Amino acid sequence: MAATPAISLTHVSKVYRRFGGHQFATLKSAFLQRSILRDLQPRETFQALDDVSFDVPTGSTFAVIGRNGSGKSTALKLVAGITKPTSGTVHVEGRISALIELGAGFHPEISGRENVFINGIMLGLTKREIQERFDAIVEFAEMKEFIDAPVKTYSSGMYMRLGFAVAIHVDPEVLLVDEVLAVGDEGFTHKCLDKFAEFKRRGKTILLVTHSLGLVERFCDDAVWLDHGKKLAQGDPKRVIGAYLIDVESAEEGYLAKEDAKTQEEVAVAEPVRADGSVEHGPVSPEPAGEADVRAEAEPKNMFKADEGRWGSGGVAITGVTLRSASGEVGHVFHTGDEVAIEIGLKADRPHDDFVFGVAMFNTEGTCVYGTNTDIEKYVAGELSGEGIVRFVIESLDLVEGTYKLDVAVHKKDGAPYDYHRLLYTFRVKSRTKDAGIYRPKHHWEFSPTVKLTRTDE
Amino acid sequence: MWHNFSRLFRYRGLIQTLVVRDLKARYRGSVLGYFWSFVNPLLLLGIYSFVFATIMKSDDVKTQPYAVFMFCGILPWTWFSSSLLESSASLIAGGNLIKKVLFPAEVLPIVSVFSNMVHFAFGLPILAGFMLYYGHTPLLSNFVWFPVVVLVQLILTIAFALLVSALTVHFRDLRDLLANVLTLWFFATPIIYPYFREGVVQYKHIFRWNPVYHLIVSYQESLFFGGRFGHGPWLLLLGGLSVVFFFAAYWIFDRLRDSFAEVV
Repeated sequence: MAATPAISLTHVSKVYRRFGGHQFATLKSAFLQRSILRDLQPRETFQALDDVSFDVPTGSTFAVIGRNGSGKSTALKLVAGITKPTSGTVHVEGRISALIELGAGFHPEISGRENVFINGIMLGLTKREIQERFDAIVEFAEMKEFIDAPVKTYSSGMYMRLGFAVAIHVDPEVLLVDEVLAVGDEGFTHKCLDKFAEFKRRGKTILLVTHSLGLVERFCDDAVWLDHGKKLAQGDPKRVIGAYLIDVESAEEGYLAKEDAKTQEEVAVAEPVRADGSVEHGPVSPEPAGEADVRAEAEPKNMFKADEGRWGSGGVAITGVTLRSASGEVGHVFHTGDEVAIEIGLKADRPHDDFVFGVAMFNTEGTCVYGTNTDIEKYVAGELSGEGIVRFVIESLDLVEGTYKLDVAVHKKDGAPYDYHRLLYTFRVKSRTKDAGIYRPKHHWEFSPTVKLTRTDE
Repeated sequence: MWHNFSRLFRYRGLIQTLVVRDLKARYRGSVLGYFWSFVNPLLLLGIYSFVFATIMKSDDVKTQPYAVFMFCGILPWTWFSSSLLESSASLIAGGNLIKKVLFPAEVLPIVSVFSNMVHFAFGLPILAGFMLYYGHTPLLSNFVWFPVVVLVQLILTIAFALLVSALTVHFRDLRDLLANVLTLWFFATPIIYPYFREGVVQYKHIFRWNPVYHLIVSYQESLFFGGRFGHGPWLLLLGGLSVVFFFAAYWIFDRLRDSFAEVV
């Protein structure tokens, strides 16, 4: 570590005051009720940062990660000096440029050229300095043809690019970046990254707030993870990201479990679906009107393009669907290659001898990733009575990362449904490999001796 | 506060740039462009002279030519009142800057005052034109006070602007209140009537508490009335108090500064 850190936060806390109903408190009422002093006192407070300390060594690239509302941006604003800490100290060594709000202060009526000058002066440059850098700025923003047009005619991408170009040409000692890499097309993003790399080479300090973990892993020397205003971890980006991802996963699991609990409850308490084939709406059915024709035919015309829902004659009811891992635990987040069992609880109103169980998985685009049923797989129905459980065991969940929804159904051999649950159950698949597609065949690579490759993650 | 205050001086380049931007942006797209800066006061003057020199004709010989007399008061008053109205909105309008960029908030109300000062300056040639037309020349010995009056008004207006802008952030309805207060203030100041009018003299001790009273009377003595510049001591006293007021206003602004980024 360098002798003096470029940025150092020491026991920094930030409490935002929420002025109770302040927008509506008028001066008149403040005087009339003599509440002017009381109104200026905060009624509620919100702790955005809670005793956070970290040092950013000079010349390092440092990332702040965390979920939304974890205090990342507040930390950045404190470093930028836009707000002051409630307690603790923030110390920054050298000229700062903050890529927080790009093009803040651009005036829509005047030309890009004039705005570059004004923006530059706002960011602390002198007229001469801007003059010297003007061509570089315009070229970087790829705005040569439009620089003399008023800013109001710019597209949002042009606006951001120009703002970015000015901010980055301030040539700061310390660069603060708040999730601004999404400003341009692929090419521009690369240019931004190159610029950051150049900064890094020249020994400047970069503080980066981002959700793009890949960027952090590739780019940063150090990372800190904030959650609810507290520092949870700091150190090697890989390790911090790992810890963060585990936390995100458990939060997702919690969220999906809650959603699922709602569905299960709905399914469990739902009256047996009416025998005339009318529809019970699923709990999250977004467009009830669209199901009018579904009602008539008892099932959607296009099985591959339907909304969530539940329908069927109700002779056999699905009372619950749970996903279990190999160890038997109920879960909603699984990893590629895990063993997963879909457990279907059933209840028949009387003994039936014509029944088929079916399961299908859909990805978020609505594409059916896989579907099968007991009839296709040559099971012949015997008898079903009372309550029962059917388990569909996926020995290896070979799916790419993403969110998937499940169709679960029990119907007659001719297709007439007893109980059809469409897209009511959600699970998520996590993968360490960022491969693409809808299906992951089991695979490995082979190379002849003249082709040499090594794996880095093993 | 002193640290921030010394920083303020360094922002003169920024203030200058923003004033120029304001002026450029204001007339961008209009046919007459900068010419509006002349046309506006001209039209205003036309209306007022029609009302007060034709309809409600005053026979006070000391205020003739009436158009010139009135213009001496209206020009600085417009500067004062527009500055306050604009600065009361300036922090809210510039919220993006205050929240997202390290930006000295006090620059915004100060820019409002300066850009209105430029409009004031644009009005001066019109005033001079009218004086030529009516053959009315101010006494040189009085005219030298003119820059002093402008300076005092500048300090006083900035002080008010800082105060109003900072308070408006917390009390939004100050803006509407201000518009009405300014109307009252306009009529409570001897702009369309002379300060030596009977009704005014009678309540002189009340009028004296109005700082703009001293400014306007000084303008009128320096530009319009002949005779000795009698208001000098008052003007200097006002100047001294304005400086004190300015620091007080700056102190309040500085105290409220940290809340801007959160409340705006």
